[in-house]
Amino acid sequence: MKAPFKISVEKRMEEIPKWMPAAISLGAVLVAFIISGIILLFTGSNPIRIFRFFFNAAFGSWGAFSDILVKATPLIMIGTGYCLAFKMNIISIGGEGQFYMGAFFASLVVLVPLVPLDSPKILVLSLMALMGIIGGGLYGLIPGVLKAYFNVNEIITTLMLNYVAVNWNNYWIFGKYSDAGFQMTPTFDKVAWLPRLADLSKNIPFFSGITLHLGVVFGLIAAVLIWVILKSSRWGYEITLIGDNPRAAEYAGVNIKRNILLVMVISGALAGLAGMSEVTGVVHRLQERISTNYGFSGVIVAWLAKLNPLAVIPISILFGGLIVAGREIQPSGLSFLIQGLTLFLVISSDILLRYKIRITRRQEKAL
Amino acid sequence: MTMTTEGRPFAVEMRDIVLRFPGVLANDHINFTLQKGEIHALLGENGAGKSTLMNILSGLYRPDSGTIKVNGTPETFNSPRDAISCGIGMVHQHFMLVPTLTVTENILLGLKTPRFFMRLSKYDKKIQALQEEFGLKVNPSAKIWQLSVGEQQRVEILKTLYRGADVLILDEPTAVLAPQEIDELIGTMRALVKQGKSIIFISHKLNEVKAVADRLTILRKGKTTAEGINPEGLSRGDLAELMVGREVLFHINKEIQSPGDVVFEVENLSTDNDQGMRAVNNVSLSIREGEIFGIAGIAGNGQSELVEAITGLRPCTGSIRIHDTEVGNCPPYKSIHCGMAHIPEDRMGVGTAPNLSITNNVIMKKYVHPPISKGWRINYTEAQKHAVILKDGYDIQAPNVETPAQKLSGGNLQKLILAREISGQPGVIIAMQPTRGLDVGAIESIQNLLLEQRKNGAAILLLSEELDELLELSDRVAVIFEGELVGQMNASEASLNTIGMMMTGSLRSEE
Repeated sequence: MKAPFKISVEKRMEEIPKWMPAAISLGAVLVAFIISGIILLFTGSNPIRIFRFFFNAAFGSWGAFSDILVKATPLIMIGTGYCLAFKMNIISIGGEGQFYMGAFFASLVVLVPLVPLDSPKILVLSLMALMGIIGGGLYGLIPGVLKAYFNVNEIITTLMLNYVAVNWNNYWIFGKYSDAGFQMTPTFDKVAWLPRLADLSKNIPFFSGITLHLGVVFGLIAAVLIWVILKSSRWGYEITLIGDNPRAAEYAGVNIKRNILLVMVISGALAGLAGMSEVTGVVHRLQERISTNYGFSGVIVAWLAKLNPLAVIPISILFGGLIVAGREIQPSGLSFLIQGLTLFLVISSDILLRYKIRITRRQEKAL
Repeated sequence: MTMTTEGRPFAVEMRDIVLRFPGVLANDHINFTLQKGEIHALLGENGAGKSTLMNILSGLYRPDSGTIKVNGTPETFNSPRDAISCGIGMVHQHFMLVPTLTVTENILLGLKTPRFFMRLSKYDKKIQALQEEFGLKVNPSAKIWQLSVGEQQRVEILKTLYRGADVLILDEPTAVLAPQEIDELIGTMRALVKQGKSIIFISHKLNEVKAVADRLTILRKGKTTAEGINPEGLSRGDLAELMVGREVLFHINKEIQSPGDVVFEVENLSTDNDQGMRAVNNVSLSIREGEIFGIAGIAGNGQSELVEAITGLRPCTGSIRIHDTEVGNCPPYKSIHCGMAHIPEDRMGVGTAPNLSITNNVIMKKYVHPPISKGWRINYTEAQKHAVILKDGYDIQAPNVETPAQKLSGGNLQKLILAREISGQPGVIIAMQPTRGLDVGAIESIQNLLLEQRKNGAAILLLSEELDELLELSDRVAVIFEGELVGQMNASEASLNTIGMMMTGSLRSEE
């Protein structure tokens, strides 16, 4: 006995309305939450309560929201860098390593020290930002050169270099700059701390305990800047062209090698700046595990944002929420579960843009 | 061969087929009937709705309305599988074969039997038997990459026959074949219908259609302009008029003009192919202002490599000069800057960025120059204005300039490329196969555009496998054989016979 209905998948031939991609992505996020809810039910928890708790932990107070923005800050910078690379069809996933290298280079300013620590704060911080950019940028340049001149797969090189960077960092914080044998450097002098809103609490009591730091401004500027570059610059046009058809780009006279190097350096530099902002704005020292997988979450953020740097901002905030709430609730893997499900569903939901599902009544064959 | 076809039963009957795409009525109440045991030609310009109609018949699209009867039974196809089970098989223009597998493996691919063990020798025999039945010779245990294009096409035909097809749709089967291969294919088609198969033959080439078709149907802009007529007694001109809706001049109107100074020179150019083998050997040529230099040759004799080397896409040795500026072995932007336009062989793979809009495609070589470039920015208002001018000026059929390039039909895509290249007022034009796969109307306009550039003083290098076209358009011609240029001569003095012998290597130079 066959079912009376038949489900078939057909290619979409008509243009899709402008709102549809966003609606489908949103739907996919919703489905991710529903599936996580069902899994929670099986573990014997009450999903509604957990989600409510989740939401309160993340968005329940100004303090919590500021925590989220702090977590979102590196994601915005790394995600924006990924947008640039992915747009050109360079699948770099080296944000994690570039982040650590940025953090390491920036920290050298106070650890060596490169400038006397009684220099003005603005000088120290500017130099640290510059060093973070250089560190991340150079670390992006390595896979860039390999890709441009030897056609080495950037996915492999960037992934492997991530582990190199983490261990490079460990070597210095254990070996040379350790604080009494712990796997961290001594706390930086206050001159190397990024200003926080809490610093203003003397005058504006509302800001007391608010951890949001200047790094978020770096992130916002970076996102807007890259957005403008991609949308209306000549360089952005070249990137889009290479991303769509590298052979056509070459035919049109675009220098592909130079663009690979540039894109890798700039996306690395943004991740490096994120590392600098994390050590100067949050932990105030170089230590192990300064990144909670920002470099990998950044990949998800960039894809969810459909490679639009402006969309990276709200999505980073959503992910910041997942990270903050994930610390608070049990089972502790839940936030990873939701992250993974969301990415999986949003990316696979793209198929609905190209195909439609049609349910038809089975027709009796004419006799 | 005259044969009365009256009274034969229909293998396929399509009535009042309507299919609407956004903004286009692709099929507007089309009727199409195929009788058992006939070769039925389907003619029409690019975008006339032929492919749409055939995609409906092979189950890829579903019509908005209309009926399809196969052997008198009404059918609805939800997928190509449904169509195949009704005995309808399509041989696509671009082969869908796995190069590293054998002929038999390719034919068995996707079928339910054999289930686990391949037992290839058993199936080799089966396929051998099938071949003998229809006279399609090809070694079943040969790998696809070892076969010629004609043999690969036979594998595609065998594939559909093995799946039990009684109705074969051949989508522009001759477009990829050399002249003697075309003769063989025509022989195969005749053998197939003798065995009771029916064939739908899609083609642009009117003399082929006249040679093989029992009946023909012509589409224009989604409507039927001739349904199941007998080609007997109709001239090429009559058919072309039914296709395009106006008179088509088959004779090219080339004005006599005396060319000016040499503006483009190639000296001792050599280059290798992707496998590292010498593909072009010591080629030298020079083209004067207002002159078309044609290069004839059988595909694969170094034409692609020569063009890529000249346009900077492939490293080479030797010298290439535009107005005495050396551009040999320089990146492409150098020759673009010196005024070289390039109409590439591969329109989708090289000539355009398929997912980007018409606007983004036409500014490809202009985005570094004002007014489209404005400092570091691109002025998209200007870019759009430019795109609209080109779209109107070159009659590119598309809903608007924001349409992605991949939505354009072959002819319109080629017009887009020509519009972009010519609007830069180039001094040198390198055109490779500029009319391949296009319909008579589009061919006419592309040829006229090239002649207009000749009149404006451009030096044009034309490579084409269409000998007639090449001889008519060119002022001077040469033949490329195994990477070497043999026998340069004036086009007016060249005979088809000599050129043909040079193309096959039996004559090395004009004596």
